[in-house]
Amino acid sequence: MDETILDAFRQNGLSRRAFLKFCAATTSLLALPPAAAAAMAEKLAGTLRPTVIYLSYQECTGCLESMTRSFSPTIEHLMFNNISLAFNDTLQAAAGEAAEAARKEAMRKAWGKYILIVDGAVPMGGGGAYCVAAGQSAVDDLRHAAQGAAAIIAVGTCAAFGGVPYAAPNPTGAVPVSEIIRDRPIINVSGCPPIPEVMTGVIVYYLSFGMPALDRQGRPVAFYGNTIHDRCYRRPFYDEGRFAHTFDDEGARNGWCLYELGCKGPVTYNACATLKWNQGTSFPIQSGHGCLGCSEPDFWDKGGFYRPLPAATGHWPRGEVLGGAALGGAVVGVGAAALARSRQQAAAAKSAKEVSHPPPKEDSHEH
Amino acid sequence: MSTEADLLDFARGPALEAALVILVFGMFWRLVAVLALRRSRDLSEPRVRHAWLWGVRTIFTRMWPRREFRPRILHWEAVSYLFHFALAVVIVGLVPHILLIRDITGLSWPGLPTGVITFAAGVALISLLALLAHRATHPVLRRISNFDDYFSWLLVFAPLLTGLMAYYHLGGPYEDLLAVHMLSAELLLAWLPFSKLAHTVLFLFSRGVTGTIYSRRGAQT
Repeated sequence: MDETILDAFRQNGLSRRAFLKFCAATTSLLALPPAAAAAMAEKLAGTLRPTVIYLSYQECTGCLESMTRSFSPTIEHLMFNNISLAFNDTLQAAAGEAAEAARKEAMRKAWGKYILIVDGAVPMGGGGAYCVAAGQSAVDDLRHAAQGAAAIIAVGTCAAFGGVPYAAPNPTGAVPVSEIIRDRPIINVSGCPPIPEVMTGVIVYYLSFGMPALDRQGRPVAFYGNTIHDRCYRRPFYDEGRFAHTFDDEGARNGWCLYELGCKGPVTYNACATLKWNQGTSFPIQSGHGCLGCSEPDFWDKGGFYRPLPAATGHWPRGEVLGGAALGGAVVGVGAAALARSRQQAAAAKSAKEVSHPPPKEDSHEH
Repeated sequence: MSTEADLLDFARGPALEAALVILVFGMFWRLVAVLALRRSRDLSEPRVRHAWLWGVRTIFTRMWPRREFRPRILHWEAVSYLFHFALAVVIVGLVPHILLIRDITGLSWPGLPTGVITFAAGVALISLLALLAHRATHPVLRRISNFDDYFSWLLVFAPLLTGLMAYYHLGGPYEDLLAVHMLSAELLLAWLPFSKLAHTVLFLFSRGVTGTIYSRRGAQT
């Protein structure tokens, strides 16, 4: 456990030059200035490989599937050189009591110093009974593990914002990590799943420089600082007013903007449009589908993936409601007019009476 | 989960519904209440046949000042036209607006490039500021202006300004500015039937009725 990250590189047959190249590539990925590569190399060379505990709760394993596709740095590179992954129930060979015992031992040894990665939302309903492993509920497990963590990385939209389990009607009372743990630094790495390089990049950044700058949703600004829309290669079509109206019209074939088809790019902060997926091959919009806004809170409950952003979110019966409002307004209008008519009638009657019986002139007796 | 996301959801959901209901309810209230008012019978001999046709004509003839008044008001009339035209371009030309209208009414038409919309919004804002300055400095106009005039001005100015700010990310994140833009426009819709802004609909009827009555009596309208 006392080996530094540079030691781990050397043990695996990698040169110092390879280590420096890794630092340069990672700082470039993080959009850091070139000088940060040297700072990262200096820091990582002397940093002990930290223990990482990866806990999974209400999740689909999509985030881990995504992370294993990271190409720079790769997950195996991270595991063999940068971190000591002490527990991950999907990747590890051990299972059952042996795995639990290994986790407890790793946590005890690195108590107060390990990085806790949480994947999935945590159900609070039924006393936490909706997610139980090794006889312990997810919420109790998380509370205990968080006590010994130096920092928590909430991986995926479920852990960061509740995600799918949190979506209405939220039958299990699912909540994000930040609603349970309030006394530990938490980095939200949202996305369904998050971009692999974002997950691994955040881990490396934390090892090198500590807590990254976070946005107001607790996400690293380096990856979540811009909207998809602002970095989208189809943005010029939006500005020109060229849109695909259906998924198979001329606009779609020409690769025009997908805003009308419900793309949530304008309100979604993520790096899909710049880092892309599968080694920079493509991302959903490039493949012809609008952004679902998966890295944003409550993205399942935004009125529908294919409803344009400016459209009303509610699925209310517009004809009936607005027709009822028109009818109600007309009834009130008739009432107001009837009241005005009766006043007009009273004023006319009074006027007619005054004409037929003029009041005596006040000055008639004075002369 | 987050306040700013909730604000945008509120603007796109309950606030939009409430604003539309108030708009439709209020507009029908005002319109029916005015149209159903008692009118005294005109016992004089009609000077023209089908006076209502002259009423329809008046709707259009009053769109430009009469020759006698032109030297005095033509320039402000032009500014007013500029504002109304620019506002119309912004409202019916911007694609997000068209999508909202399509969502509510089912009607749709092609949009304009955002550069054109930005220019029109700039023209509308500048002309609105000029019209406000005119209102505040003109001795007569100032005296006949009340809260309705200034508040209505503010509610027209605010969505234009916040819309531009949202598009160019000025003063905050897009989703916050978009929420504020939508809420300000919804406030405008709810306020419209009960203010002088109701002229958007009522001008047709007031001009038509005035034109009909006067032409029946042989007056030029």
